Amino acid sequence: MKSLEELIGEHPLLAGFAPAHLALVAGCGSNTHYGPGEFLCRAGQPAQHFFLIRRGTVALELEIPGRGPFRFSTVTAGDVVGWSWLIPPYEWQFDARVLEDVSAIRFDGACLRGKCDADPALGYALMKAFAGVLVKRFMETRLQLIDVYGRRD
Amino acid sequence: MTVPSLLTTADLDRLIRMLADGGYTCVGPALRDGAIVYDEIGGVADLPAGWTDVQDAGRYRLERRGDGALFGYNVGAHSWKKYLFPPAEQLWRIPRATDTIRPLTPPQHPVRHAFIGVRGCDLAAIGIQGRVFGHGEHGDGRYAARRDAAFVVAVNCTMAGGTCFCTSMGTGPAAGPGYDLALTELVDADRHGFVVDAGSERGAALLERLACPAAGDAEIADARARVDETAGRMGRTLATDGLREVLLRQLDSPHWDEVGERCLACANCTLVCPTCFCSSVEDVSDLDGSHAERWRRWDSCFNPGFSHIHGGEVRNSTGARYRQWLTHKLATWHDQFGTSGCVGCGRCVTWCPVGIDLTAEAARLREREDSA
Amino acid sequence: MAAATERACGTSPLLPHAWRVAEAWRETGDVVTLALEPAAGDGACDWQPGQFNMLYAFGVGEVPISVSGGTSRRLLHTIREVGPVTRALGALAPGSIVGLRGPFGTAWPLREARGRDLVIAAGGIGLAPLRALIDTVCRERDAFGQVAVLYGTRSPADQLYGPDLDRWRRAGLQVEMTVDHADVDWRGPVGVVTSLVRRVRSDGQRTTAFLCGPEIMMRFMARELEQAGVADSHVWVSLERNMQCATGHCGHCQLGPVFVCADGPVFAWQHVRRLLTVRAL
Repeated sequence: MKSLEELIGEHPLLAGFAPAHLALVAGCGSNTHYGPGEFLCRAGQPAQHFFLIRRGTVALELEIPGRGPFRFSTVTAGDVVGWSWLIPPYEWQFDARVLEDVSAIRFDGACLRGKCDADPALGYALMKAFAGVLVKRFMETRLQLIDVYGRRD
Repeated sequence: MTVPSLLTTADLDRLIRMLADGGYTCVGPALRDGAIVYDEIGGVADLPAGWTDVQDAGRYRLERRGDGALFGYNVGAHSWKKYLFPPAEQLWRIPRATDTIRPLTPPQHPVRHAFIGVRGCDLAAIGIQGRVFGHGEHGDGRYAARRDAAFVVAVNCTMAGGTCFCTSMGTGPAAGPGYDLALTELVDADRHGFVVDAGSERGAALLERLACPAAGDAEIADARARVDETAGRMGRTLATDGLREVLLRQLDSPHWDEVGERCLACANCTLVCPTCFCSSVEDVSDLDGSHAERWRRWDSCFNPGFSHIHGGEVRNSTGARYRQWLTHKLATWHDQFGTSGCVGCGRCVTWCPVGIDLTAEAARLREREDSA
Repeated sequence: MAAATERACGTSPLLPHAWRVAEAWRETGDVVTLALEPAAGDGACDWQPGQFNMLYAFGVGEVPISVSGGTSRRLLHTIREVGPVTRALGALAPGSIVGLRGPFGTAWPLREARGRDLVIAAGGIGLAPLRALIDTVCRERDAFGQVAVLYGTRSPADQLYGPDLDRWRRAGLQVEMTVDHADVDWRGPVGVVTSLVRRVRSDGQRTTAFLCGPEIMMRFMARELEQAGVADSHVWVSLERNMQCATGHCGHCQLGPVFVCADGPVFAWQHVRRLLTVRAL
């Protein structure tokens, strides 16, 4: 069985991280499983974690009063759930609901922030990795906004 | 190589009548509504004798010359393209039937035109449009058929207009290949004649039938000198060296929108241009729905709807449309057809209602690049 | 004219020929597929995936529609109803006659992609010009490595060719679909089609990509593929412009130096990428 360090080193988010940094990150992580209908996080709650998805599917949703949940994205193996742990006020902005059995590595945000503060090189590497995730989400959201397939008549 | 002949005005008249007798519909310059246009002519009497034109950006006026020259002016708003690429042409007409569409080609009455007074720039333009319509896997044979049927009497220019720049484009003032006959008008106080040169077998045959005397060395030299002198008197110039590359590097320049502020998108430049070839098709049916027709009509890249795709216009500003026209004419035409799309006739400059000058805009884009 | 005698679908590229609607069925709320057969006994159209025909609705007008499948004597055209002509075509009942000119334009260069992995990405109605290509790949499955079909639409109700998607999966293709918008009943992925690239298992260096969809979608898809290591010389796109004559003479479909109708619609990304980033070219 692979060690947690090996597992996270294979994840696209942390590809290219120095072994020493991987060890530090792994120290804040643990394997976890969720069944369909369970929530990885809920909007408004303290964002204490983020997740590297290894298997399964998660829907990112926002509850709209009177309309029900609006699903703006789904994520799957190789994706990341959660950036709110990194940026104050450390509060989830959306719901992450499991659609298909999820295996993930869950990281303790406070633990990682402490290590980043102590080792700015690690902090910079993680910040760059998360910036990449955010930029991709942002670009995809822009594309959704353009509504490229919509009718124009 | 035949020896050039020397024709009098009366000989030229005979030449036109011989062409008409030979089945050609003769068209040439004629005075209409204060301008020199191309229209059907019966003989020398229909030519604008003694008139000239004064041209500048956005300006065209006729004036008296003070002599009897028959070709003492430059090009007007018309070009020969209206005969070879008609402004409106039926492509087909079909009856409605429940079981089939049986396309009918329109009745073909090929008109054989004799063009009297084709300038070097316009002869080059006819060659360019021939390449355009012959281009690609599915060439449009109608243009070639009309062109091949046409008899071309060219005129070597002995005066340059205010918006002329054929020397920059290498198309004049002497007419290049493609003519059947080329004449140079010699008009002075004491004589009026034409040195005429054959450029084809049928031209030479006609010249032989005219049985005019051979032009003398002095007359040939005089004619050549007048044309050479004209080359130095162009009203405009266009620096073509590396121009394609300059323009293609400037696609994102703010200059296009600056021109777009002045341009009215009236499409005059494209209609008077002897090489512009864009067209639209219009599908129509008669009121009882028993027949449908397709017509091809001249269109312009300045017209709204020209670049329409689902959702709207690709070229959604006048600046973008001007850029399309100018870069097509002077740059991407080379990629498509191996030549410039501009022959230096100056019509687009003269007939622009706000006087936008292609030569000036091209120069400005070059300057902007140099100063960047 | 030499060209006239070589026509596959008629005697002149300018004259429409009669084809009969053999079948017509609705794919989605505003998309119809017509199956056309020659009205005259000897009619045929030797098309290749990626090429298009000009379809004429009597007295209304003519539109370019890619061939989405069939044979030389049974042509499938999938039409989105967005204007008067496409609506007239979409309303035709079996037995009706349409005028057809074609085929025109360039085909997907599938032969050059043999032995390579394929990413075939479509957005919306863009699956139609790729459908016949995917069918060919299925028939010659062993000639290619990993093959992924990535398909994005606005909503689940806009997805075309449901039975074909299942068929392609059974033929060993990786078929991934996503929608931009969905309600919570939708079990599949939500997100733009570019987000599917990270699910592709093939090696970027060995991959040829065929893209068709809205221009913006193709631009971002090409960028995503490049980041995954696919060379721009191995990315092919199908462009849309105002095609009227389909022979490169009317000027409407020009994009810089190219006539999209005759030089395209299928282009190597490396040849058009610069042109597509110039505003309003």
